Amino acid sequence: MAELSNQLMVITVLAYLAAMVCHAAEYSFGARSHIGRAAAAPARQLVGAGAPVVPVPDDPPPTVAAEAPAVADETPAVPEEAPKKDRGALLGKIAVGITALGLLAHLGTLVTRGIAADRMPWGNMYEFILSVTFVGAAVWLGVLSRRPGIRHLGLFVTLVLVVLLGAAGLVAYTPVGPLVPALHSYWFVIHVSTVILASGIFLVGFVPAAMFLIKNGYDQGKRSFPYTLGKRVLPAATLERLTFRLHAFAFPLFTFGALIAGPLWAEASWGRYWGWDPKEVWAFISWVVYACYLHARATPSIKRSTATWIAILGFATMLMNLFGVNLFFAGLHSYANAGGM
Amino acid sequence: MTTVEQRPAPPAAPPPRRANPVWALLRNSWRQLTSMRTALVLLFLLAVAAIPGSVLPQQPVSPEKVTQYFTQHPQLAPFLDRIGGFNVYASGWFASIYLLLFTSLVGCVLPRLLDHYRALRTVPPDAPRWLERLPQHAPATERADDPAALAATVAKTLRRRRFRTVLREREAGVWTVSAEKGYLKESGNLLFHFALLTVLVGVGFGSWYGWHGNRLLVQGDDTGFCNSVTQYDESKLGPRVDPSDLPNFCLKLTKFAATYQSTGVPKSFEATVAVTQDGGSATSREFTVNDPLRLHHASVHLLGQGYAPVLRYTDRYGQTQTNVFPFLPRDGMLTSEGVALFPDANVDPKTNKRDEKLQVGFEGVYLPTVSADGSATSSFPAERSPGLFLNAYRGDLGLDSGIPSSVYSLDQGQIANGQLKKVSGDRPHELKPGETWTLDDGSKLEFLGTRPFITISIRYDPTSELVLAGAVLGLIGLMLSLAGRRRRVWFRVSPLAAGDAGHGGSVMEAGGLPRTDYPGFPEEFEQLVKAARDEGTS
Repeated sequence: MAELSNQLMVITVLAYLAAMVCHAAEYSFGARSHIGRAAAAPARQLVGAGAPVVPVPDDPPPTVAAEAPAVADETPAVPEEAPKKDRGALLGKIAVGITALGLLAHLGTLVTRGIAADRMPWGNMYEFILSVTFVGAAVWLGVLSRRPGIRHLGLFVTLVLVVLLGAAGLVAYTPVGPLVPALHSYWFVIHVSTVILASGIFLVGFVPAAMFLIKNGYDQGKRSFPYTLGKRVLPAATLERLTFRLHAFAFPLFTFGALIAGPLWAEASWGRYWGWDPKEVWAFISWVVYACYLHARATPSIKRSTATWIAILGFATMLMNLFGVNLFFAGLHSYANAGGM
Repeated sequence: MTTVEQRPAPPAAPPPRRANPVWALLRNSWRQLTSMRTALVLLFLLAVAAIPGSVLPQQPVSPEKVTQYFTQHPQLAPFLDRIGGFNVYASGWFASIYLLLFTSLVGCVLPRLLDHYRALRTVPPDAPRWLERLPQHAPATERADDPAALAATVAKTLRRRRFRTVLREREAGVWTVSAEKGYLKESGNLLFHFALLTVLVGVGFGSWYGWHGNRLLVQGDDTGFCNSVTQYDESKLGPRVDPSDLPNFCLKLTKFAATYQSTGVPKSFEATVAVTQDGGSATSREFTVNDPLRLHHASVHLLGQGYAPVLRYTDRYGQTQTNVFPFLPRDGMLTSEGVALFPDANVDPKTNKRDEKLQVGFEGVYLPTVSADGSATSSFPAERSPGLFLNAYRGDLGLDSGIPSSVYSLDQGQIANGQLKKVSGDRPHELKPGETWTLDDGSKLEFLGTRPFITISIRYDPTSELVLAGAVLGLIGLMLSLAGRRRRVWFRVSPLAAGDAGHGGSVMEAGGLPRTDYPGFPEEFEQLVKAARDEGTS
């Protein structure tokens, strides 16, 4: 079972990688986002309908594009244009399909690992990252099913998933083992699962946050590297609202998991509900930073881009808590390597 | 704060009152402090100020690491200590940040509480003159009903949807319906902030009136523990706790069972203690990690475990002493270090005088499972083939110097200055349980066996329930505040022909205003208008 889990884990990473490649292909070759389609499609139809001999203009003036539907209505759609237009969308759909397959393999990885260890697969850092990324991927597909328009963000979601899963496999891999007595508690399920859920949603929220900043910079005329990615993404306001809603959903979950269930368990286990253990310190820092984000966003005088930067900082503190604290600071949460009480 | 009222200038205008500069400064500072920008800066400062506590070792969490840091960084450590680097969360600057933050919070939230109280008591305002200028607008449609009746049904529809609704009759037979919903958003927001205050107050009182202590408890009737400050290895009482306030109970460890995986990773621990509370009879209670022993006004938490060798020393005069010496575990396999001190050894029975040059001490390690390859560490935490490896020392143990010393190691100073000499071979002597070791002077040390010990933390925090209640209320408030949406809708119903009220036929128009960010408002507004129209016709 443990080996099956490891093989499924490899399949998962490869699937997300393949999805990422497909998203990238859609991004660079396809008529990707609906904005791109809206800009490009009428121009093609206009050309097909009115002047088949004239070469396709690279950059049709906007007035032509605006009149296009009226012109296109008069003549039937040109059939040979359709497959070309759909290729990008097809690639994107394939990418989503592969992501879904990856999610199944991901679920399989967790289930087989749980069976191999005969417990919930949340006992160490490797399993924690596996679970967080699983939640991230599941939430991503969930959000996507309700808003198909954000599909191209999949490139960045799968990128984050591949990087985190790769890090889990490289630095945090731990063989299957039983739980130490300190983790024998029903609070284990409550505390760890809610923290995993919240972290997974923060992870998904990080993607539109970063894309909003890129798009916002692009809209302001910045054309250096990261901003060039903003050429073909959703409007900044949509990205920003998605960022807020994901964070507003994850924040209470994180509050419950890290700052209520965690202390309740700590009281039963260590005798005090809060002891400034490095993990607790960084959970506190993350909570304060995300609280800053929510306050900043609710304050009209603060720019949305400033607020979103705070959300990015919040995710950085989450990563610090996951990698920095587990690998560099000794503390009571040192379950990444088993041992002791 | 004073408000300046805008009135037409009185005939004889009094000279402008000059603001008191001190008052103005105070008022401006207060405004600055309670502004959102300041609150955000303070929140950020709080996050940044918390970082050093995770980087530097902290005195309350791991005092031994602080000592280690002092020896490793002799230059830097005293400076860091002076600025509170080893006790960040109790330092003045950390406290000043969160106290300023909470002052700012109170200054921001109290006026909002008053505003919200007023808002809850006032009815929604009348419809604005131009409904079509609102973000949402449903153009006028003709209805067959009488304006008053139609307005009443619309109001009923809105009330059923839990809108706070007011029906008003205006001039010329026009009726308006004003409705507002989503007050819970602000209620939740205020609840969240006041709950945070509760948590702060609870934590503060908890540290004043709470206490805790750590103790090592060896199994056996002769090694019991009664709850008093002197019996703790380490204890901390809140500033408002008197040592006589500690609840009266005694504990004896009667049994301790540990099971392990084949790899040596622990599977379970189970401690059984005999508890005597307030002079009553002893009862047997069990507890383990994650499942503390809850006593009246105290809870006992299992922190660790180990082995305590039982040693009998027969000195050169033939006098025997038997004692239990807990050895502290050094690793997960319970390789344990410790000392066995016999300060009263070699007392001449004739003179009954203690010769300080003839005190005896043993230092070494205990391995519950000695591995076949002769490694210096234990290979399994349970006692599969136990072995005690000791060096013997004779001389002045340095216990009478008055300087507090560790009971788990020998005084290295005494060894260095030659007052305490090693009297055994180069390699530590190995003792199996039941074996006897005869020293160079003919005295004997007998290893009788071991007893398990546990380390426990005994704590009392009178406000933990209050803090929990604050946290839960805060979470509820947070969810209400994040999920709630405040919005207003208005309907205006006018008679079809002006001045012809009561003769059938009316015109209904509606407008909507989201008062907070609410992307789904157009849909809700559309539904409301549709519901109002449907009700009207039925």
